Amino acid sequence: MSDAREAASRQGVRRTVAKTLFALAGMFLFAFALVPLYDVFCEVTGLNGKTSGSAQALVHEEVDASRMVTVQFVTRGSAGLPWNFEVETRQVRVHPGQSAEVEFAFHNRAETALRGRAVPSVTPPRATPHLRKLACFCFQEQRLEAGERLSAPLVFQLTRDLPEDVNTVTLVYTLYPVTRDEAPLQARATAGKGDEA
Amino acid sequence: MAPKLPLHHPVEQSSTASAGGQASAHAAPPRGLMRWLLTTNHKEIGSLYLIFSLTMFFIGGIFALVVRAELFQPGLQLVVPEFFNQMTTMHGLIMVFGAIMPAFVGLANWMVPLQIGAPDMALPRLNNFSFWLLPVAFTLLLSTLLMPGGGPNFGWTFYAPLSTTYAPPSTTFFILSLHIAGISSILGAINIIATILNLRAPGMRLMDMPLFCWTWLITAFLLIAVMPVLAGVVTMMLMDINFGTSFFNAAGGGDPVLFQHLFWFFGHPEVYIMILPAFGIVSAIIPTFSRKRLFGYASMVYATASIAILSFLVWAHHMFTVGLPLAAELFFMYTTMLIAVPTGVKVFNWIATMFRGSISFEPPMLFALAFVVQFTIGGFSGLMLAISPADFQYHDTYFVVAHFHYVLVPGALFAILAAAYYWLPKWTGHYPNVKLAQWHFWLSVIGVNLTFFPMHFSGLAGMPRRIPDYALQFADFNVASSLGAFLFGASQLLFVLLIIKCVRGGEKAPAKAWEGAEDLEWSVPSPAPLHTFEHPPTFRRDGE
Repeated sequence: MSDAREAASRQGVRRTVAKTLFALAGMFLFAFALVPLYDVFCEVTGLNGKTSGSAQALVHEEVDASRMVTVQFVTRGSAGLPWNFEVETRQVRVHPGQSAEVEFAFHNRAETALRGRAVPSVTPPRATPHLRKLACFCFQEQRLEAGERLSAPLVFQLTRDLPEDVNTVTLVYTLYPVTRDEAPLQARATAGKGDEA
Repeated sequence: MAPKLPLHHPVEQSSTASAGGQASAHAAPPRGLMRWLLTTNHKEIGSLYLIFSLTMFFIGGIFALVVRAELFQPGLQLVVPEFFNQMTTMHGLIMVFGAIMPAFVGLANWMVPLQIGAPDMALPRLNNFSFWLLPVAFTLLLSTLLMPGGGPNFGWTFYAPLSTTYAPPSTTFFILSLHIAGISSILGAINIIATILNLRAPGMRLMDMPLFCWTWLITAFLLIAVMPVLAGVVTMMLMDINFGTSFFNAAGGGDPVLFQHLFWFFGHPEVYIMILPAFGIVSAIIPTFSRKRLFGYASMVYATASIAILSFLVWAHHMFTVGLPLAAELFFMYTTMLIAVPTGVKVFNWIATMFRGSISFEPPMLFALAFVVQFTIGGFSGLMLAISPADFQYHDTYFVVAHFHYVLVPGALFAILAAAYYWLPKWTGHYPNVKLAQWHFWLSVIGVNLTFFPMHFSGLAGMPRRIPDYALQFADFNVASSLGAFLFGASQLLFVLLIIKCVRGGEKAPAKAWEGAEDLEWSVPSPAPLHTFEHPPTFRRDGE
């Protein structure tokens, strides 16, 4: 190769490498950016069935008495947390616009104080944005002393703009243990999102 | 516009030039092990990649045979389920990241500089580094099998929370080894892009390059785009496991489904990374043995590029059953089916190339033809899987296993074998033994189809994948699959024997080893001397 050609190609290689490294860094950051983007996307569309993490205000609207929607509640315990977690009413029928209250019961069967947190999920996902929680035990973690029992309410409302073809909404709560070393992180995750609710 | 070109420089000149240049410009290479550790020569690194890949192919193959031996009969006979899970997982990881990908990188190292008339890769020392990362990565990965709790057991797709909350303690090592293998692929991709964009022979435009270079250029861009995403995903796993974050942990506000989205955003382009270079190889071999120019060169390039772009828009077809909204099911179903269009263009072009050609059936052509037929079978089962409502039945059954093995074994792997037979005369200076090659070919074809075709039926009947036991009704299909697998595995030993024989001797090959082969690599002597194209060849297009 002649010197001029070699110099030109060496410069070309350097430019190509710089560009690809830039693209690499961009894609690595993009992968992490996808995490908040995914959350925002899910929050807007309700796709993953996650309800709001903090108390929402009641929407004052006329109750649609012509329509009845069945709301079912499912509670799931978790490995590693010896609690009983049950709902007192397995299913209620409500009119859209109307608010309703359901009691959930917790019981710590262990000999020590433990903390747990219930994570909600709504099916069908399309109903998620229309399920408003005015009060919920799921906004914060629960701490139960050994053998303690606790009854906590969920107050919710299905708004009138719930899609026409949704007749049944299922709300699943899964209970997860909160371990001590994860505690600061948990607090951060819930802080400002309704710890005080 | 096909890149067929007699050379300006006669063959003898380039060989004398390189022989003369070598003595003055290069010190004598170190001998023994250090020579291979320190080599920056693209041909030697290419050979290292290929040998490494062949080794991994046998290790991954043994894991597959453990799986098939256990599945020979219903019930649990040979291994415990925990170990079975490690075998399925390691088989997938080793074959994808250790066998298929390094084999293509090795072929690129050997052939891309020769096909574009470059003296070496653009970044030779980086090239050495990216190869030697691989043995490190895979030693680490294989060592997890010996650790307490065993190796990865969550499937090659390592879905969270199986790979985080419920993973064995060795998972951190698995993550590290994937990071290292990923860095190796990324560095290899940078090198290939830099080489192709900057070191082409004077006068060779991008649209004059052989298709193998084109498909590799596009593959390299895919690697640059998605390997960082894989690195990001495994980093998130690492943080979830060791630093208490909750990217994929619902208890802490994360979402396990997010893992699947991120993984398949990497994973789908990844499956095209494993097939696009195969398209390039077949597009070199079929014209050679049909003694015709490749039909529709430009459409081949555009089809490859469209497949690459579409690969970013189809990832959720792996996740039809996670609870996607109807709109997403439809979107991903249609984009997936759309990929059949450019793929169909390619298959059409290969057939049109053969049409009225003067075809001969040397070993590379046998494998290339088998590739076209069997890859198309895999493509069709892919179309079936793309139909979202039907996928709910196929999902996670042996039908899926049959599908991706058809595109990866008689697809990607056969293309690699075809490439080896095609370029062995250039690498070793000897033709491979034809009789042995034919035995290898026919036993492989029979073995592969006996293994994977019955899986379509057991899958449609409902046999779930990744389970060490199965219902009695699937017993006959599984006997066939296991016999086929052992036949296929054993016949690969013939390939090793053939390579050893070919390196040691055999019928001498001239510079242009195949009558219809026209690309630049056939202008250098066989075997290719250590240094070639130190003076760039002048490239001439057809009709000029």
